[in-house]
Amino acid sequence: MSADAVTLTPDRNMRLAEKKGTGSGKKRISRDQLSVNIVGAVFVGIFALLCVIPFYLIIVASFTSEASLIKDGYPILPRLAELSIQSYELCLKNPTAILKAYGMTIGVTGFGTFLAVMLATMTGYVLSRKDFPWRNQFSFFFFFTTLFNGGLVPWYLMCTRYLNLKNSIIGLILPLMFSVWNMIIAKSFMVGIPAEITESAKIDGANDITIFVKLILPLSKPLIATLSLFSALAYWNDWYNCMLFVTNEDMFTLQYYLQRILGSAEAMRIVAEKSGIALPSVPLEGMKMAMTIIATGPIVLLYPFVQRYFVKGLTIGAVKG
Amino acid sequence: MIKNIKRHWMLLMMLLPALIYVIVFSYVPMTGIIMAFKKYQYAGGIYLSPWNGLNNFKALLISGKLFQVTRNTLLYNVAFIFLGVVFEMGSAILLNEILSKVFKKTVQSLMFLPYFISWVVAGAILYNIFNFERGVFNNVVTSLGGSPFDLYNTPGAWPILLIFLKLWKQTGYGSVVYLAAITGLDQEMFEAASIDGANAWQKIRYLTIPSLIPTMMILILLGIGNIFRGDFGLFYQTVKSSALLQPMTDVIDTYVFRLLIDNGNVGVSAAAGLYQSVLCFITIVVCNRLVKKANPDYALY
Repeated sequence: MSADAVTLTPDRNMRLAEKKGTGSGKKRISRDQLSVNIVGAVFVGIFALLCVIPFYLIIVASFTSEASLIKDGYPILPRLAELSIQSYELCLKNPTAILKAYGMTIGVTGFGTFLAVMLATMTGYVLSRKDFPWRNQFSFFFFFTTLFNGGLVPWYLMCTRYLNLKNSIIGLILPLMFSVWNMIIAKSFMVGIPAEITESAKIDGANDITIFVKLILPLSKPLIATLSLFSALAYWNDWYNCMLFVTNEDMFTLQYYLQRILGSAEAMRIVAEKSGIALPSVPLEGMKMAMTIIATGPIVLLYPFVQRYFVKGLTIGAVKG
Repeated sequence: MIKNIKRHWMLLMMLLPALIYVIVFSYVPMTGIIMAFKKYQYAGGIYLSPWNGLNNFKALLISGKLFQVTRNTLLYNVAFIFLGVVFEMGSAILLNEILSKVFKKTVQSLMFLPYFISWVVAGAILYNIFNFERGVFNNVVTSLGGSPFDLYNTPGAWPILLIFLKLWKQTGYGSVVYLAAITGLDQEMFEAASIDGANAWQKIRYLTIPSLIPTMMILILLGIGNIFRGDFGLFYQTVKSSALLQPMTDVIDTYVFRLLIDNGNVGVSAAAGLYQSVLCFITIVVCNRLVKKANPDYALY
């Protein structure tokens, strides 16, 4: 599966056109091709701009002084005279809460991703084995959970009453640990690994776990990369489970912490409590934006590097399982 | 059988964690749908609380919300599915036609960006732009001499806003599947068409779009299967708990959540949840059967 070639390289048609173009000057691009090209560039260009502008607006606002934000609102263009890192200073004035949230998020994301990838690949491998007699039955057993579920209430009661996940780190890890879709992605990827590898290793006396760990996993690097990214993104961006299960402030994850900050009253309370600033003068508007940047930063900085694997993963997943 | 178990015991062991997982988090909660017919008592839990007949469902009907949330869920999802197809397929086709590699790559990366943020951050973006007193939108409007626009007092604006927000977040990601399908197309077909004198627009109209129909069908089918399932994060993080906006923005998922977490109305919430699960199940089974009849290749299972 040459997922590399999926989207980022132009198709042959275009390469052909390019070749023609360089061969005899750009004139060879026909008129209709040019018009498609221009219309395409304009439309997707505008859409792409709409995708980044909000991020730009938040960054600009987070670096503008609170006085200016109160007086003139959130800026469109940077107000050079009013640039300030006051909002960040305020966020970091009492860094314990943010550091705790960071620690929590990184820990949950790390552990959770590892477990989720292990579970998806291990299950996917068993179900991809053609000599495993009950693979269709088990596949359906898993797949059925995507067709029908008991709804929020029984699941919630299961988690809080019977598994006691309230205010526990496990409560942030378990709910996102297994996804049938990721398992299907793993299965359809592993079906593509030649069965002879497993067979010959069996003849050499290797057991199934050894085969999986020593042979199959090393051959599944693109799959592992993709699943890791899916899981890591789900864990990093999770606020839902934290909102449901966590009431202890020391255990808030970044996204949930941000959610609380964005609710003004809550932010005021936190700031006033922790830094002793009188309520009316609490610079909130800038702080909300700065906090958004702090909570989003790592994942957005990482994304140019990992985007490629998402593209791969989607293509792996597009193969029907 | 026993021989098989002996031979494959290690594979079964490897399957065990995931099996336990779905039993604990999916199958046991499925038995919990009986909560919909019970009067929840903390001491009794799921299984020992007293039966309540159909009273939870009666309460659900009396609340008068059921129709509203079902309609909203359905209409929003219809819009998401069909506009999603148009946006994702459209941008994939257009991206594919762009000759400049650098431009194409840049645009694609930018379109992917919103996919990476949480709905909480999307909520922050909404606050930045549409905040009544200080939002960017009102800054522009008032500086142009218009009167400020109060989004949180204008329920009618929300469908457009939420649909846009959803498309904004999903399009870059969704277009990848279509792009992959386009790259997989037989290039000789296009070359032959060029020789026959087809122009670039005609090739899109008569070759690219028809070839993408199988991909489109599968994605639409997946969407329809979940047509009664609302995107909780989208609605929860943007609308917050504004009662004024609920007629236009309340979906089944937010309703079930509110009943359970805010009102502590476990029984009625379970009833609403069961209603949703059954609706979803019926839709997906019927939908799959119809598709299977028409063309088995497109079927989900």
